[in-house]
Amino acid sequence: MSDFSPLRERDAGLAIQVRGLEKAYKEVKVLRGVDFDVAQGTVFALLGSNGAGKTTVVNILSTLLRADAGLASVNGFDVVQQGSRVRESISLTGQFSAIDEILTGRENLELIARLRHLAGPGRVADALLARFSLADAAARRVATYSGGMRRRLDIAMSLIGDPPIVLLDEPTTGLDPQGRHEVWQTVKDLSRQGTTVLLTTQYLEEAEQLADRIGILHGGRIVVEGTLAELKRRLPPAKIEYVERQPTLEEVFLATIGDPLRSEPAGTDRD
Amino acid sequence: MKPGGFLADTTALTGRSLRHIARSPDTIITTALMPIAFLLMFVYVFGGAIHVGAKSYVGYLLPGIMVITIASGISYVGFRLFLDRQNGMFQRLHSMPIARSSALWAHVLTSLVSNLVSVAIVVVVAFLMGFRSGAGVLPWLEVVGILLLLTLALTWIAVIAGLLAKSADGVGGFAYPIVFLPFISSAFVPTRTMPGPVRVFAENQPVTSIVNTIRDLFTQQPVGSDIWVALAWCAGILVVSFMAAMRLYRRQIA
Repeated sequence: MSDFSPLRERDAGLAIQVRGLEKAYKEVKVLRGVDFDVAQGTVFALLGSNGAGKTTVVNILSTLLRADAGLASVNGFDVVQQGSRVRESISLTGQFSAIDEILTGRENLELIARLRHLAGPGRVADALLARFSLADAAARRVATYSGGMRRRLDIAMSLIGDPPIVLLDEPTTGLDPQGRHEVWQTVKDLSRQGTTVLLTTQYLEEAEQLADRIGILHGGRIVVEGTLAELKRRLPPAKIEYVERQPTLEEVFLATIGDPLRSEPAGTDRD
Repeated sequence: MKPGGFLADTTALTGRSLRHIARSPDTIITTALMPIAFLLMFVYVFGGAIHVGAKSYVGYLLPGIMVITIASGISYVGFRLFLDRQNGMFQRLHSMPIARSSALWAHVLTSLVSNLVSVAIVVVVAFLMGFRSGAGVLPWLEVVGILLLLTLALTWIAVIAGLLAKSADGVGGFAYPIVFLPFISSAFVPTRTMPGPVRVFAENQPVTSIVNTIRDLFTQQPVGSDIWVALAWCAGILVVSFMAAMRLYRRQIA
């Protein structure tokens, strides 16, 4: 990662810049110098197993958490010095749906529209309900929603006010295949509209499906970063000669972080 | 944050938590149940044996019961705050360009409304039990003002509990000593009947001055210095608990 230039004031074309990010909880060093860039209008997937520190990175970028060392800028604004400008530039969809169970779907959307000081919260809500196929359930309390509907509402709430940068922390964890595909479609639509997306995932297939660039977070660092094609080229050549099919990202992942995990791969995606 | 953002954000979030209360009014009713039970028990069970020198014991009792109502009602603030921390709502709010303290103020304002409703229910029950007051509008407004100030002060203590709690069960515990405090005060019996050290404590703790003030207002007696002692207690608790809560909150949101 030595080819990274130092953090510049306002690097044109970069939506997110992260340099030497470190964070420890008590004795445990979760991040040990994380570096990556996300270009404007692209989808970047932060890939890693449970506990790799993906959520920590997202929380630092969304100003919920302060790093011990290192620099991070979002939309050209420093996350520590210009926190409120950063918050105007982003939306965060956390790992667990942050929706109000007692309110209806429409009321949840209206609440966020009001907090974003938008004119006509009702209209904003109606447009999003239609876009996320929630119009029929609009007047029902969220407590009655299915997992996929909750996630859609959660993401719809995040998109109010059209933030240029969207942070999605494990957006499909716990969803059934249909719900997962719905979220994927949403991310693809966002990307087509020019929104920058940073998503974290432990599903390798998800990163393959959605991301322009992928960074693998392991041992507190980004151990590999690049496009899917670049990542695949990182496999040892000898391996390519003997394996008939194309290497999957899973193999890239395992080859990169070392053998110990090979005995118990992140097998949830094998289906 | 744009100017005026704090008011707009607090209004939006207060609307949300008032909706919660409107949709599960059981919290207001539950809050009123225990004080009503105390009221019934002390008037109809113990009341015959207690001689306080007042015309009606229910009228004598009511101010203390009002304080108990508020003391038990505030724990819901801590509970709702804990839920917001737990279910990611705080995360969402704190990653948005809003006035961050509005996430607390919304719950605090909601607490004022819900506790006022609970106290009103208790007063209605007391009225049915024979409570009458010749007090005019102004003394009643004074009573409401003192109770609101007390609610505000105690609510900020509940905010601290809600911010610190590690489990939903742990949130309510802080309120028990506050609920118990009226029992060692002039709320149920005159303090002069108590033995030395208990009497000293009872006469110098906040509930006694609050109860005496409200009782004097109801019975149209001059309130004397009690009202100033009561206001000083409430203001003091409010300032300390507010500052502690905000400090804790700022530290938590990085």
